[in-house]
Amino acid sequence: MGMRSRKGGDGIRAAASATSVGDGAKTHAGGGLRLGADTDRLWRLSLGLLAALALAGFVAGGFVLLLAGTGAELPVASILGDGYLRGVVFFTLEQAALSTLISVLAAIPLAAALHRARFRGRTSVLRIFLLPQALPVLVGALAIITVWGRNGVVSDLGAALGLPRFSIYGLEGILLAHAFFNIPLAARLMIAALDAVPRESWRLAGQLSFSPLTTFRLVEWPAIRRALPAAASLVFMLCATSFTIVLVLGGGPGATTLEVAIYQTLRYEFDPGRAVALSLLQIALTALVLTLATRLGSAEAGDFGLGGTARRHDTPSRWRSLFDLAVLFAGLLFILSPFVAILVAGLKADLVRLLTEPAVLDALVTSLWVSLSSGTLAIFLSVAILLGVEALASAERRAVIASAIPRRGLEITASLVLVVPPVVLGAGWFLGLRQVTNVFAAAPYVVVLTNMAMAVPFAVRILGPALQDAHLRSEKLADSLGMSGLSRFRLLDWPALRRPMGLAFALSVAISLGDLGAIALFGNREFTTLPYLLYQRMGSYRTEDAAGLALILGVVCLALIWFAERSSSLGARS
Amino acid sequence: MSDTPPALLLDGAGFARAGWSVSIDLSVAAGEWLALIGPSGAGKSTLLDMVAGFLPLDRGRILVSGEDVTRTLPAARPLSIVFQDNNLFPDLTAAQNVALGIAPNRRMTREERQAVTEGLEAVGLAGKGERRPHELSGGERQRVALARAFLRRRPLLCLDEPFASLGPALRLEMLETLDRLRRSFTQTPLTILMVTHHPEDARAFADRIAFLDEGRIGEIGPVERMLGADAPEEVARYLGAWRTGRNIG
Repeated sequence: MGMRSRKGGDGIRAAASATSVGDGAKTHAGGGLRLGADTDRLWRLSLGLLAALALAGFVAGGFVLLLAGTGAELPVASILGDGYLRGVVFFTLEQAALSTLISVLAAIPLAAALHRARFRGRTSVLRIFLLPQALPVLVGALAIITVWGRNGVVSDLGAALGLPRFSIYGLEGILLAHAFFNIPLAARLMIAALDAVPRESWRLAGQLSFSPLTTFRLVEWPAIRRALPAAASLVFMLCATSFTIVLVLGGGPGATTLEVAIYQTLRYEFDPGRAVALSLLQIALTALVLTLATRLGSAEAGDFGLGGTARRHDTPSRWRSLFDLAVLFAGLLFILSPFVAILVAGLKADLVRLLTEPAVLDALVTSLWVSLSSGTLAIFLSVAILLGVEALASAERRAVIASAIPRRGLEITASLVLVVPPVVLGAGWFLGLRQVTNVFAAAPYVVVLTNMAMAVPFAVRILGPALQDAHLRSEKLADSLGMSGLSRFRLLDWPALRRPMGLAFALSVAISLGDLGAIALFGNREFTTLPYLLYQRMGSYRTEDAAGLALILGVVCLALIWFAERSSSLGARS
Repeated sequence: MSDTPPALLLDGAGFARAGWSVSIDLSVAAGEWLALIGPSGAGKSTLLDMVAGFLPLDRGRILVSGEDVTRTLPAARPLSIVFQDNNLFPDLTAAQNVALGIAPNRRMTREERQAVTEGLEAVGLAGKGERRPHELSGGERQRVALARAFLRRRPLLCLDEPFASLGPALRLEMLETLDRLRRSFTQTPLTILMVTHHPEDARAFADRIAFLDEGRIGEIGPVERMLGADAPEEVARYLGAWRTGRNIG
């Protein structure tokens, strides 16, 4: 295997390709590809391309089937003239814009307070603000109803004070739920930006006795401002494609987004033409938003760090302490109250009966195998794609290929599902499969694969940076030692991937466990997951059952993320 | 002079972390220029952090001009500090960065504005006050930081490898500027505590050199002795490569 010896190392690549590499090493079949005598990188690239093709095939496949399903009779003119559709598009954008505004504005004081406040138990408070992201959206929506709904605590409190009970359903409820999920997310991005402030700035602030206002103006705000575009575009993107929250809290004529309209069109009215039209609108919209978002700056949403590592030297100020205390108290109350509500309401339910009910057990088992298989598939695909990405990045570093476009292409493929949201994906396969087979027989496969596609962008974002670091640091060493094949993977890639892989897998499983988007179209009596069952019980007003199921689902997902996060951060510390 | 308290006194000042401890006894006379040398990890920057108040002590005390500042906040300690990097706020101009030394939380008076302009002139940056940090060279940025430190007129100046990222010629030029500014302190003499890993920085201007090793002051003495032929053994060993290089050159 002389060709594996990597004699044409990095610095001398040009020379090596001109003259034959010593030792009589023969150029192998792939030499014509200009990737040089590196079989390993070719293998990795092929693996990555194959994985990307499979993923793109599944995502685009649904879309192609969707188009084919309606053939040439796509009613473009009537789409543009359809007042209902225009209303849906407008509402999608309106609620996303308002949700973004609320989430980002509220996150600024919260992030600042969380970053500077020093007190016992601060790490626990930071952890609490991570909770909403580990919670299945449907459970969160139910919890919001429990706290803020017509019969909720807030409403009771208001009624006692003589205020009218307000309705949670509609725009207000959607905004409230989006704020619950996205304020912590935006705050986390801002805290990460505050942590990136050079240590010297905090020291100067202390040394030069900056007032709280000066510290905010010169140190905190510039950092937060840098995080704003990424935070705002990420939140907007999430809210523009939000399905579950709008399905549960909106859904009426005046409060429907494109995703929910697609679902309703297929599940209730069965109007394929309109479903296709809506799907195309949704894809165009997300593509547009995503393009704008990447222009504005990419968000490190995969980063699960707790932040708050910076050592600050603020001059003590009574007013600032009071302000921080008030902000933290309000924030904690807002974020924690739904969790308390789930716990209290869920414990009131007859959990023993629920856990012995065949329908629940069946849904639990289905949820487990669906989420474990989609999580496993997502990790395999993500690692394969990332190995391909690194092979291309390495070729770029060594100037073997001049363009970054192939690598960017691979990376974008991993995120395709962001442009073609799960409901659209599901709609395509739903309409396409209908013509060749029984849709519900194929349902498990489609749901597993859709959940997998949903998890890949997150898994890639968690695993990618670690792998990139390892390659930047040790690739030349691995090359010079002639590592190849499995030993190269074991010694170079695996140590970097091992630690974040647990977190990536847990997150992928949790995404699938809590997902309602893919199952909503395909769920049926034979194929029911926990979220689907929960949604059914909510729909048939079996409130106690719903609360109990929400508790079970919530605990499972939170425990999963908690263990994974704990083990990965413990590992990072040692 | 004997009744003048030392400009800086560290009395068993230190702390212990897992597998690492620092304990410093050190006395620096008013107006003295002390260079701190030693291998990396010896505790040079830690010493400065303790003096500036960025690291709370586990034990011992720190006195500046006879006043106990062990529990004093960084802002209230009578000293200024210049770091190796990131001394300036990127969104402010050079003049605004200097102004933070006198009026961080309010508008400046006309006299203060004048003082900022003069401070920039004194470090050779006349006319560059409106530039932002990214429009200045590395050396110019450190000059802005020096201008701010001098404008504060604090009697103790801590320098944490401030010229480490500059080339030899520029470093010498900066040291000369520093020496010139030091002479402008007429009423209370300026005391300088400078961490460096370039012994030649110390040779030209410093009065004494302290050699730190494993969290303790290993040796301390006048520059001539510490860098001379009869240097203490451990210092000579640390300087070995440098001195050999010197001899060959």
